[in-house]
Amino acid sequence: MANVPEDLHYSKDHEWIRVEGDVGTIGITDFAQNSLGDVVYVELPKVGEKFEAHESFGSVESVKAVSEIFTPVGGEIVEVNESLQDEPEKVNTDPYGDAWMIRIRMSNPGEVDSLLNAAEYEDFTKGEEE
Amino acid sequence: MSAAPALKQTSLNAVHRQMGGRMVDFGGWDMPVQYPAGTVEEHLRTRNHAGLFDVSHMGEIDVRGSDAIPFVNRLVSNDVTKLVDGQAQYSALTTPEGTVVDDLMVYRFAEDHLLLVVNAGTTEKDWEWIKSHHKGENVELKNVSADYCQIALQGPDALSILQTLTSTPLEEIKYYHFREGEVDGVPSIISRTGYTGEDGFEVYAASEKAEQLWNKILEAGNYGKSEGVLPCGLAARNTLRLEAGMALYGHEINETTTLLEANLGWICKLNKGDFIGRDSLAKQKEEGIRRRLIGFEMTERGIARDDQDVLINGTPVGRVTSGSPAPYLKKNIGMAYIPTEFANEGQQIQIDVRGRAVGASIVKTPFYKREKK
Repeated sequence: MANVPEDLHYSKDHEWIRVEGDVGTIGITDFAQNSLGDVVYVELPKVGEKFEAHESFGSVESVKAVSEIFTPVGGEIVEVNESLQDEPEKVNTDPYGDAWMIRIRMSNPGEVDSLLNAAEYEDFTKGEEE
Repeated sequence: MSAAPALKQTSLNAVHRQMGGRMVDFGGWDMPVQYPAGTVEEHLRTRNHAGLFDVSHMGEIDVRGSDAIPFVNRLVSNDVTKLVDGQAQYSALTTPEGTVVDDLMVYRFAEDHLLLVVNAGTTEKDWEWIKSHHKGENVELKNVSADYCQIALQGPDALSILQTLTSTPLEEIKYYHFREGEVDGVPSIISRTGYTGEDGFEVYAASEKAEQLWNKILEAGNYGKSEGVLPCGLAARNTLRLEAGMALYGHEINETTTLLEANLGWICKLNKGDFIGRDSLAKQKEEGIRRRLIGFEMTERGIARDDQDVLINGTPVGRVTSGSPAPYLKKNIGMAYIPTEFANEGQQIQIDVRGRAVGASIVKTPFYKREKK
């Protein structure tokens, strides 16, 4: 059973976001890393780039497949987790911790309200497993 | 979690699910793409110790009769007359244009008995193709695909593991040869062949014995121990064969690629007598080929994937047939068709990775070659 921390918000594209003030920290969920398999490559944007909500900001690759990653909220990138370049496998081992991907200054923090909470996301992933 | 009912299953389907295999639709078959250990570990374990693969989805066509050898020899590019009893040969069913209906293994049991082992997704097509070319030769053709399971045990420990289950002296079986014997008391064809670039065996037996063989081999191979055998899914099978520079039907070869373009000239025996496609291949050999299959490795960060464009100075010149990370070599590699004029070792190319031109260099294949004992 996939791990779904209570204190995060989730998208249907399997990203999570942790909100602190107007900055959101974003990564992919345990369910997503498990579906992908061994992550061997992570491509991330540069600090200062701007994205709209639901826009693709990078990609995660396993041996077998490429998966785009989408930001659940719009804004400007303020920090990127450079360590994933050399240690992409952290996405498998610590998806909610060390393998955070970007920090984004949200242009409209209200967008978080339209995301799923932990219980809703868990229900959503059960549907995906069918 | 149920699969679409139309998918075909091997006799090990329930075992794969039980072992946590992630099942996918592979050419109409419900097959494990990986097990919980993951593709990288499965791949490395096969290179360093042993990997176990269910390849029961492969097709088997039995050819018996006094014309078995001349009949098959007319359909395939390699020379069947060179085989002795107990020998296997890599070959291809060719079209009149010299392109590939399928690649296959030809096993010779006797002068009047061959077994053709073909790809899963093409079994029906091959069967129809072979039957349609049967013109009164004294052969009896049977599609026996459902009767056989096929289990591949590959890697440096494969021989010692399998030897604990059989009295057949495995060391005596030479590469690309086979013997009929028993594995754990089950009548089997034990073939020293594989699709990983490692030493290893492919065991054919009655379908209903698949589970017994699978479990016994896992047990004999210390499954669960850190250096024990691991069951491997299709993803590891693909990365292993790619590192070993082997073609995969539907990727490097199909009905639009000729054997010569695919570097398979070594299985084109143009002087063996007539076979389907011979004249086209002879003509192509004389005139030269316009494109050729090459291997490349990425020189910049990025992973090439199937069907991406190959660029030279920004201009598309070809297409990737297989692209992937190579878990053992720890490089990102691939194969592609490009015009012959550029198909030289050291030639710099770029791969169009979703809109980004990423540098790569043409290298020799196979990418990986095991050290022979």
